[in-house]
Amino acid sequence: MSAREARQVAASARMGWLLSAPALLVLGVAASGPLLIVVVYSFLEAGQYGNVEWRFSWDGWVGTLFSRDIFDGTLQLADAHLTILWRSVKLSLQTTLFTFVVGFPTAWFIATRAPRARAMWLFLITIPFWTNLLIRTFAINEIIRNEGLLNRILLGTGLRTQPLVIIYSDFAVFVGMTYVYLPLMVLPLFAAIDRFDMRLLEAGYDLYASRWQVLRRVILPIVRPGIVAGSILVFVPSLGAYVTPRILGGGKNMMIGNFIELQFGQGRNWPLGAALSVILLVIVTVALLVYVRASNRGSAHG
Amino acid sequence: MSDIAVEARNAVKAFGQGDHAVRALDDVSIRINRGEFFTLLGPSGCGKTTLLRLVAGFETPTSGMILLDGADITDLPPNKRPVNTVFQSYALFPHLTVAQNIAFGLEMLGQKRGIVADRVARMLALVKLEALAARKVSQLSGGQQQRVALARALAPQPKVLLLDEPLSALDLQLRKEMQVELKRLQVETGITFVFVTHDQEEALTMSDRIGVMSAGKLQQVGSPRDIYTRPVNRFVASFIGETNFLPGQTVPGGVRLGCGAVVDVVGKRAGAVTLTVRPEQVRIEGAGATGMPATLTSLVYFGTDTHCHLALSDGTTVVARVQNPTGGDVGLAVGQAVSLRFAPGAAQMLED
Repeated sequence: MSAREARQVAASARMGWLLSAPALLVLGVAASGPLLIVVVYSFLEAGQYGNVEWRFSWDGWVGTLFSRDIFDGTLQLADAHLTILWRSVKLSLQTTLFTFVVGFPTAWFIATRAPRARAMWLFLITIPFWTNLLIRTFAINEIIRNEGLLNRILLGTGLRTQPLVIIYSDFAVFVGMTYVYLPLMVLPLFAAIDRFDMRLLEAGYDLYASRWQVLRRVILPIVRPGIVAGSILVFVPSLGAYVTPRILGGGKNMMIGNFIELQFGQGRNWPLGAALSVILLVIVTVALLVYVRASNRGSAHG
Repeated sequence: MSDIAVEARNAVKAFGQGDHAVRALDDVSIRINRGEFFTLLGPSGCGKTTLLRLVAGFETPTSGMILLDGADITDLPPNKRPVNTVFQSYALFPHLTVAQNIAFGLEMLGQKRGIVADRVARMLALVKLEALAARKVSQLSGGQQQRVALARALAPQPKVLLLDEPLSALDLQLRKEMQVELKRLQVETGITFVFVTHDQEEALTMSDRIGVMSAGKLQQVGSPRDIYTRPVNRFVASFIGETNFLPGQTVPGGVRLGCGAVVDVVGKRAGAVTLTVRPEQVRIEGAGATGMPATLTSLVYFGTDTHCHLALSDGTTVVARVQNPTGGDVGLAVGQAVSLRFAPGAAQMLED
């Protein structure tokens, strides 16, 4: 490289840094900064009236799984905390599974429509997305609560004499989250199925595969990147869901998101809230790593 | 067991409704013999691929029957027919390796792992792809993919192999090699091949018999020699090879052409008829000889031979093919007066 070329390379490198400086600043301050604060707070002591005392303490982290008996100070496994963690994971997995079971035929249907009709169907699926999450969740509440639409139909037609009690249960949260996150499963699935070469179906049938075998051995392996993408897009937000379990679960069926909020509010245990937030972040990061690995393996056959 | 491997009886395939219905196949009846290399030949849109898809089971006929070994399979789905297809786009499974692709059909049939492995190995040897067994199919060249598609379709040992223009995506050299390969495979395995193409040269070189199609109808079925030397109508005559069309009138003793010469041809029609003569059957002689007087209007050099464009005394154009002699040229010049004769029996009367 000549001297002039070296100068040009250095100049364009400097230019690169200057141009990305604003973005890096925003990322640094807005993203990593608060994250760092949360991690630091998880190692501090809880203040008397909320906020933190600047003294090092393990209490935040210990409190995620254990509770200290107020009389003799011994540590016991906090069943309530474990229940909340387990409920969050369980509901998120159920939501992911169910949105896949419902979302796959939906995506397949849309992908096999004529091109013009396809745009309309995609529009219909994504309309709820344009509505505020709070309103969407209240809409579900309106349907499933004791005096809601569902029960009015059931009681009115005489199919039931007592209202079907769905609201304020894990099931209600499950229904709400499924409704809210369905488009997030359908869209990546649609994208993958849209790319799928339909002629492979004929090849499958030509080679004696039944419809079920074609689904299992030809379609699903090839649209796997879409399945993984959709699963991550549903699992991650549903794990940290806050509004939906709050409205449909009532006060008693808390998920991680609600539990964290509690610590920063009435619970007055910011370190615990911070520690729980970090745990949530770790779970999400692990899920994303799984996605990246799975889709890299998938794209090896490009 | 009958000698007829595949039969279509009065097959009709219409797309669309009512007035807008398009007949891709218009009352086609055809019989393909066991163990033969049969080619369906015709231009795009003639219905040859539709007919193939009816045999494969990807479409059901609007009316008519499809029979395999004498049994009616019209209503059988494709995964129940002992027939396999080599697709034009190959349709290889991108998420499977070469060996897994080839094994697919046998696995779907529930064959034991040992048998499957053995058959896959033999197929790989048959198409000479042993070294690539573990490769993903997207990493293969077009010619290699084509051979995988072939091996995959042959592995389940079908009664009939259907090939939908499998060589159209290959370059000329590879194409010629694959033509020889396919012919060899067909003879070696003894399986009935039904081959679809629009390339008449391909059809002539590979087939035992050819079915020429146009606009949804079967025009003529016969051996390559029959189709070439005795075309029944204008379409077949012009689609296969090159030919001359000479209008004339039936007279006692033959057919009188516009220039006055009478050609000794026997045919079924009377009145105004059209004769065809292949260019290589036109003999050019000196101006004073006994044939039809003609003038050379142009000469086109084609490497192995020269195409001579001539005009008869009434203006009718005739093309003659003269083989280029080694180390010399044909010795003709534009504007030269010559005399034309047709080889005995070369002129055919068209039925339409």
